[in-house]
Amino acid sequence: MWSDHLEYKVRAITTSLDYYEVRGIVWSDHTLKESFIMRIALFATCIVDAMYPETAKSTVKILERLGHEVIFPKAQACCGQMHMNSGYMPEALPVVENHINAFDTEDYDVAVAPSGSCVASVKHQHPFLAERLGKPELKERAVAVGKRTYELSQLLVDVLGITNAAEQLGSYFPQTITYHPSCHGMRSLKLGDRQLDLLKTVGGITVNELPEADQCCGFGGTFSIKNSDVSTAMLEDKMKNICSTGASACAGGDASCLMHIGGGLSRTGAKPRTLHLADILASTMEETVSL
Amino acid sequence: MTQVFLGMPAGGQGNLFETEPFPKAAHRELGNTQMRKNLRHATHTIRDKRLNVVGELPDWEELRDAGSAIKNLTMANLEERLEEFEKNFTARGGIVHWARDADEANKIVTELVKATGSKEVVKVKSMATQEIGLNEHLETEGIEAFETDLAELIVQLGNDKPSHILVPAIHKNRTEVRDIFLKEMPVVDPNLTDEPAKLAEAARKHLRKKFLSAKVAISGANFALADTGTLGVVESEGNGRMCLTLPETLITVMGIEKVLPHWEDIEVFMQLLPRSSTGERMNPYTSLWTGVSEDDGPQNVHIVLLDNGRTRALADRFGRTALNCIRCSACMNVCPVYERTGGHAYGSTYPGPIGAILSPLLTGIEVEENGSLPYASSLCGACYDACPVKINIPEILVHLRGEDVDANRDKHKLPTQMDLLMKGGSWALGKGKNLGLLEKALPLGRLMSGKEKKIKKLPGIAAGWTASRDIPAPPNKSFRDWWSDEKESK
Amino acid sequence: MSAKDEILGRIRSALADAPVAQEVPREYRKTSDMGEAELIDLLVDRLVDYKAGVDVIDAAQIPEYVAAKLAGASSVVYPHGLDTGWLSGLGEKVEQRIDAPGARLSIAELDETSAVVTSSAVSVAESGTIILDGEPNQGRRAISLVPDHHVCIVPISSIVRLLPEAMPRLAITRPQTWISGPSATSDIELERVEGVHGPRTLDVLMVRGL
Repeated sequence: MWSDHLEYKVRAITTSLDYYEVRGIVWSDHTLKESFIMRIALFATCIVDAMYPETAKSTVKILERLGHEVIFPKAQACCGQMHMNSGYMPEALPVVENHINAFDTEDYDVAVAPSGSCVASVKHQHPFLAERLGKPELKERAVAVGKRTYELSQLLVDVLGITNAAEQLGSYFPQTITYHPSCHGMRSLKLGDRQLDLLKTVGGITVNELPEADQCCGFGGTFSIKNSDVSTAMLEDKMKNICSTGASACAGGDASCLMHIGGGLSRTGAKPRTLHLADILASTMEETVSL
Repeated sequence: MTQVFLGMPAGGQGNLFETEPFPKAAHRELGNTQMRKNLRHATHTIRDKRLNVVGELPDWEELRDAGSAIKNLTMANLEERLEEFEKNFTARGGIVHWARDADEANKIVTELVKATGSKEVVKVKSMATQEIGLNEHLETEGIEAFETDLAELIVQLGNDKPSHILVPAIHKNRTEVRDIFLKEMPVVDPNLTDEPAKLAEAARKHLRKKFLSAKVAISGANFALADTGTLGVVESEGNGRMCLTLPETLITVMGIEKVLPHWEDIEVFMQLLPRSSTGERMNPYTSLWTGVSEDDGPQNVHIVLLDNGRTRALADRFGRTALNCIRCSACMNVCPVYERTGGHAYGSTYPGPIGAILSPLLTGIEVEENGSLPYASSLCGACYDACPVKINIPEILVHLRGEDVDANRDKHKLPTQMDLLMKGGSWALGKGKNLGLLEKALPLGRLMSGKEKKIKKLPGIAAGWTASRDIPAPPNKSFRDWWSDEKESK
Repeated sequence: MSAKDEILGRIRSALADAPVAQEVPREYRKTSDMGEAELIDLLVDRLVDYKAGVDVIDAAQIPEYVAAKLAGASSVVYPHGLDTGWLSGLGEKVEQRIDAPGARLSIAELDETSAVVTSSAVSVAESGTIILDGEPNQGRRAISLVPDHHVCIVPISSIVRLLPEAMPRLAITRPQTWISGPSATSDIELERVEGVHGPRTLDVLMVRGL
């Protein structure tokens, strides 16, 4: 559900009790006990898989550091958002079906993706597409997969109880950054401050507030191609705000928005680069990610 | 008695059309730096105000839930509600007219005005009459229409077009308004400053005589209450009260979707509307009237109930909630696209996010360039968050893009670049195997990105991306392959 | 086929899928237990924010305050149901004009009248809204519209906190005017400025003991 931003402060506990019953344990406080080892299916997302493999590796590292088992369902490819958002519904169908087939298994506890946008698509757009194309069974399965799918910060904060990245994940990143909350995570998933709070607790980090942070960067998938001029105008303002913070990097939770912002910064020769939240959380004193 | 209509109900006419593709219109408007400055200033001012007054109410979400549900319930029983309204409005001395489309509505209003013998009318700001192009029609019939809302007056005097549904002259700043007044008002203080209070005073002087002598007024309505036959107009300046109270004849033009079931329902909408539109706890004036009141106000009271494509929108089960719109304008005030292109880029009377869905829903997606409107959004979702009746605008935008693509499939013989990209993408992304195969070519992309490790120019539609953004060099190996090599082989 | 029949037929065909709408959830606040002192404070705060003049007084002070508000006026109109005692403090310089059934002032006469005094039906503190519903002590709509100065009596007993609390107190089918401050506009750069076509001065007397 999308909702007014005033609600963001309310943190919904989204862990599904049904699932834990399958595993024969009932959790009273919905937060995972440290002794419980989860089997987590990584939904890498197509853009991270093909363009930013380090971000997927970082996600694996963080979860393994907490002692959980990560699997990678090989049948996965993409959430189909690009097709749906471009209006190609029949073409989106095989992509969506493939995702549902890949993740509609008993083989894992929860799925996680380092992307608010792709998770929002799985949770909201997949059922919508199935409904629109008149496929009630597919819709039911889509809803079930959506319920078990988490965006990374959601999983870390709501399920795994991470409140301090330095202490609990060993995260260390001695840089000044700023943070752009991507639209679909912020509005469709109501992530609130989860990502920002995690970043603020990374060892050695300085987080400067981004002016007009809640404004879209102008990516919007094929919007950036079809309405390139408007998209660029939005991007210019986003870049201006990022540069005004003096940060050496802009962090975010969506590789696609980061590619857009980063592509613009690269073209204008501006100093800041973009970096995914997972990469910062995976960075440690021993193995520090460099800019 | 049930009559079955086959096929889609008729589309709307009038000022509902984008006449050139949105990206082209947007390109032109983006070059208007003064307009962009004005819009940025105005939209940012109103955003903060709205957030403050919305934040004051602990039950804002409950009000939104109620507002949304009242509208859905009304639409599901629209026929009964309209019949009920007609019965009650008529019983109180009002006269109800029905108009299938813009032409019919314009003709009805013209006949009513002619019957009074008046050659001029005063008007309260009304989206419905803007939509049907009533002023232009009246002019061809020799009847002069005077807009009395300040922003409408600015637009009318400046021979301009409205660019916003609440503040039609939002694209003009105070200095530009002053210049229009100095040039166009027959009697005006030549030393008029650009202080908004002085400009408002100039408008007061300009219109005072008109109000006091007008015989006929034309209004829209914010809502009609079925169980009492009451109409309501929400306004700020008192021009509405003048028009609704002083003339002998009052003609209201209202879309059929504006009806609400019960008198009590306005307790919901009068909390949602002012806070969402002007960011005020309440607008200065709201007028409610029920048919004719002896000895108080116009004694000759009409309403024209307008379809003009609304039943067409109602027939779209994934789009019909767009009819729930209460014309508050919150969606355009928070929209990053509207903020930069302004309202003229949307062509239609209804700009911004709501316009991008409403215009094609009213006319049909295939009409003129309205098919380009649903793409005028990055789908950031700010509009949905702000909407007081929770219209899921991003979802309807996506749905209408689907309608547009399907409509074009039948039209084009040869697939477009986008068609080919999506077809190929459907194959590549439809199987993990296929994507894996494609990813084997990543090193080639890396090679192409050269020494700088970035791709700066791509051909075809992808040039839209590289016009202002680089693409980083692809990695040597996909995550999928790394996983196979590192995790599975060990 | 008439336009009405055709439109209603189109509606039937548009809803051929028979959409089921949920019951309306009315979980928003319908009642409040705010005390009188807080109600007064809240309403005063809202009206001042709208740039209205506000005084909180006792019933016995009405003539004095009405006279003070109308100090510069040459004439005042009042509805036939108004307690004329409220105008007893006015000096001879202020011409008093009654607007009564069968003896209505013309629009031109109203335009030449400096001010109007009316009572009110109910006021909503949270939004700063005073509602006139055409009772004889409020009169027809034109009299509180055309004169440039409106002195409005708000009995404190008629103040509620929430709009839903005001609804049952209103006469539904009589013309109503909801007033939240003097006339204003946000049409220039979306900034609010007061004073356009409606009365540019609104003085509210909130009265105890009425």
